[in-house]
Amino acid sequence: MEVVQIQRNLVDYTKSLFMEGFLDGQFLQLQQLQDESNPDFVAEVVSLFFDDSQKLLNELTIALDQPIVDFKKVDAHVHQLKGSSSSIGAQKVKNACIAFRNFCEVQNIEGCLTCLQQVKLEYYLAKNKFETLFRLEQQIVASGGSIPMIEMGF
Amino acid sequence: MDGGCSGDMAAEFGDEPHVLAVDDNLIDRKLVEKLLKNSSCKVTTAENGLRALEYLGLASDKRNALDGTVSKVNLIITDYCMPGMTGYELLKKIKESSVLREVPVVIMSSENVPTRISQCLQEGAQMFMLKPLKQSDVKRLECYLMRCRS
Repeated sequence: MEVVQIQRNLVDYTKSLFMEGFLDGQFLQLQQLQDESNPDFVAEVVSLFFDDSQKLLNELTIALDQPIVDFKKVDAHVHQLKGSSSSIGAQKVKNACIAFRNFCEVQNIEGCLTCLQQVKLEYYLAKNKFETLFRLEQQIVASGGSIPMIEMGF
Repeated sequence: MDGGCSGDMAAEFGDEPHVLAVDDNLIDRKLVEKLLKNSSCKVTTAENGLRALEYLGLASDKRNALDGTVSKVNLIITDYCMPGMTGYELLKKIKESSVLREVPVVIMSSENVPTRISQCLQEGAQMFMLKPLKQSDVKRLECYLMRCRS
């Protein structure tokens, strides 16, 4: 496939992620921070996010499985996850965390369990989306092309 | 303390501004560090208030161990919600220090709580910023960083 075609695919794919609400403007902020001195910045931060989040999700699963649930601890973990997802522009993950915190506040265990499932789902979806995105970028770079910048005028 | 903090030398006028960024969230630390580095700042990060105080020479067991009378940093930017010591508590400790009280402190938070904001401003914080931080937010810090650039 020609580089131009892959570049077009990347632009269309990225735009669809914004349209569908997977990404918000904060992701563009992240992309704008990337430069020649740190060409893998976005991929590095996103990768850190996924590693960090996986740990948090594991902690949450354990915390909600206790005979007596420590809602403060649960809330603290969700707060972390909400913060990091917000910082990279992973909007659906962030929104799932907001809903989760509401149930923590009223100490509703069933609500929390449902929310945990939802956050996990959003996490895996986001992970897949980002992996596809970075794969497209890698294909472009491998073919000698440059990564097109997304304009927010759509 | 994250790796990459180099040297204990006091910041000197004419050099790059040196910012201490405090946040318990790893991703947020990376983000604020990059935002500041892109604005030509030297950045030291700390993952909590205690580490920040240790770096600044204000840890309780080393209260009088400050090198000279000049602060190492030109600006401190800290998250509000941190385990152990909140950003507000860190702010208070900094303002209690004769050497460090002149260093501008900026508080960040993901939550827009008016009472929290006024509490911090009353305690002497220069600014309160809502997370996630953007490039336009770092632009607003320029006035504190400009003083260092000759």
